[in-house]
Amino acid sequence: MKKIVLLVALAFVALACGEKKENKETKTTTELSGTIKVDGSSTVFPITEAVAEEFRTAQPKVKVTIGVSGTGGGFKKFSRGETNLSNASRPIKDKEKKACAENNINYLELEVAYDGLAVLVNPENDWVDSFTVEELKKIWEPAAQGKIMKWNQIRPEWPNEEIHLFGPGVASGTYDYFTEAIVGKSGSSRGDFTASEDDHVLVQGIAGDKYSLGFFGLAYYAENKDKLTLIGVHNGETVVKPTLETVSNGTYRPLSRPLFVYVNSTSVKSAEVVEFVNFYIENAGELSKDVGYIPLPAENYIEQKNKFQTFVKSNN
Amino acid sequence: MRKIKEFVIEQSLLTSALITIAVTFGIVAVLGFEAVIFFSEVSIIDFFTDTQWTPLFTDKHYGILPLLSGTLLTSFIAISVALPVGLSISIYLSEYAPTSFRKTIKPLLELLAAVPTVVYGFFALIVVTPFLQSIYPNLSGFNALSAGIVMGIMIIPFVSSISEDALHAVPHSLREASFGMGSTRLQTAFKVVVPAASSGIIVSIILAISRAIGETMIVAIAAGQQPRLTLDPTVPVETITAYIVQVSLGDVQHGSIEYRTIFAAGITLFAFTFLLNTISYRIRKKYQARYE
Repeated sequence: MKKIVLLVALAFVALACGEKKENKETKTTTELSGTIKVDGSSTVFPITEAVAEEFRTAQPKVKVTIGVSGTGGGFKKFSRGETNLSNASRPIKDKEKKACAENNINYLELEVAYDGLAVLVNPENDWVDSFTVEELKKIWEPAAQGKIMKWNQIRPEWPNEEIHLFGPGVASGTYDYFTEAIVGKSGSSRGDFTASEDDHVLVQGIAGDKYSLGFFGLAYYAENKDKLTLIGVHNGETVVKPTLETVSNGTYRPLSRPLFVYVNSTSVKSAEVVEFVNFYIENAGELSKDVGYIPLPAENYIEQKNKFQTFVKSNN
Repeated sequence: MRKIKEFVIEQSLLTSALITIAVTFGIVAVLGFEAVIFFSEVSIIDFFTDTQWTPLFTDKHYGILPLLSGTLLTSFIAISVALPVGLSISIYLSEYAPTSFRKTIKPLLELLAAVPTVVYGFFALIVVTPFLQSIYPNLSGFNALSAGIVMGIMIIPFVSSISEDALHAVPHSLREASFGMGSTRLQTAFKVVVPAASSGIIVSIILAISRAIGETMIVAIAAGQQPRLTLDPTVPVETITAYIVQVSLGDVQHGSIEYRTIFAAGITLFAFTFLLNTISYRIRKKYQARYE
């Protein structure tokens, strides 16, 4: 008996060793080195960081530095040719395009993921069917602090009960984004709500409270569908609930937006940047989901990849 | 040779005592230093009178009252649970229970204090809150009530153990005199032994309150994170300790006014527990002098 156990164990050890060797061989085919400079939006930062971390295992000698100067600050450096890639949570503006043209910087825009925000209530809440942006603004703007405290202050037919608010803390990019889209100014909101950077706390809070209202990244709703009710937001034409589809086709306004990475033409002359961007497009779908964003449809990633390959070819 | 050895031992003992004191003073100094800078920017009158605490948001208010009310509310609930239960246990153990039973049950009770507070926190959130919601459906998912009750359970050993020691220390002659006058066991326990041990019991209660005020994990998990000036135990509140945790874990910039709020909150908390500990020390001294 003992012998058999030993044999099986040995076989496993042998197998394990074999596998490792194989891995190593595939990875060491082309070892690149160098530094890739990335800067820009703090919203895109988590995705780029996750990609860079994974990339480190594939190409340990390539150093990726990622700054967070904001989308505008990132484009400023990008247009001066100081960075290879620029993270952006909005498309490039005309002014920035002009700055790039003046410095002979050609660039390519790549969509990497979508960002969607879910507005949620407790499943026992039977009065709310949708919100308008104005209503959300009325609830969350700084002037609401200590004043908008009851549901019937938003719509008179809603119950005369205290409203319990839950949202991400000020350190969260989701908070910046929500306040920018709803209140109009990033980082500007009331202060008397349960604020936590930990989305689990928000899920627990909304799930356990009939008079609650909260918001956070759509990815988190997907994990807790049975405990929360998703509320549609009026986009100016009709009420839209955030789904993979409405977020990716842009009808879930204003709480969804595409996220971009920009790459310039001189950078794609170096192999490590090409390798990194290819790696980025290949893994952005999965990694963006990990960090709470919405991946593009699979065919879009293929499209982005083709776009990038043509761009590389035309610049080499 | 022996003298040197004695000297070394003596000095090392002294050093360990001094280190403890130095650490305490260091903490007070850091708290005080940062708090002074905080109060140079925020008026101390606003700090104690403003009814809103929103230092991290657009409309900034620095009123400690909502955090203080959260702390006192949860501690009050905890004491309302721990006091009757803890006292009943201690009277039973000291006056009624046979010695062998007392010797086994007392360490078991003290096990309650050995449960990590984070476990208590999840117990409050996942077991106690849903249970309370089945009785009272309007209860919020985060509330002072369930955090307070669980905190009360946690501090039962503080009350029961120290009170039991005090009750047990009451000289037998008092009990015998009471029995001799024809009193029943119950009368003796409540009219003679408890009053005689009252200072010890008060010390146990104060220490338990002090523990409840400083408790962090349970309230951070189960009581919510919304500073709110209320005495309603069914809604989310935030305690001073929970606020300090929230800011310390977030990415508030060091040296900013938001960052200094935690020192102002910390020194308020320290003032409270320091006061309570001093009172309990005073009472204990008085009590020791009584029967020796």
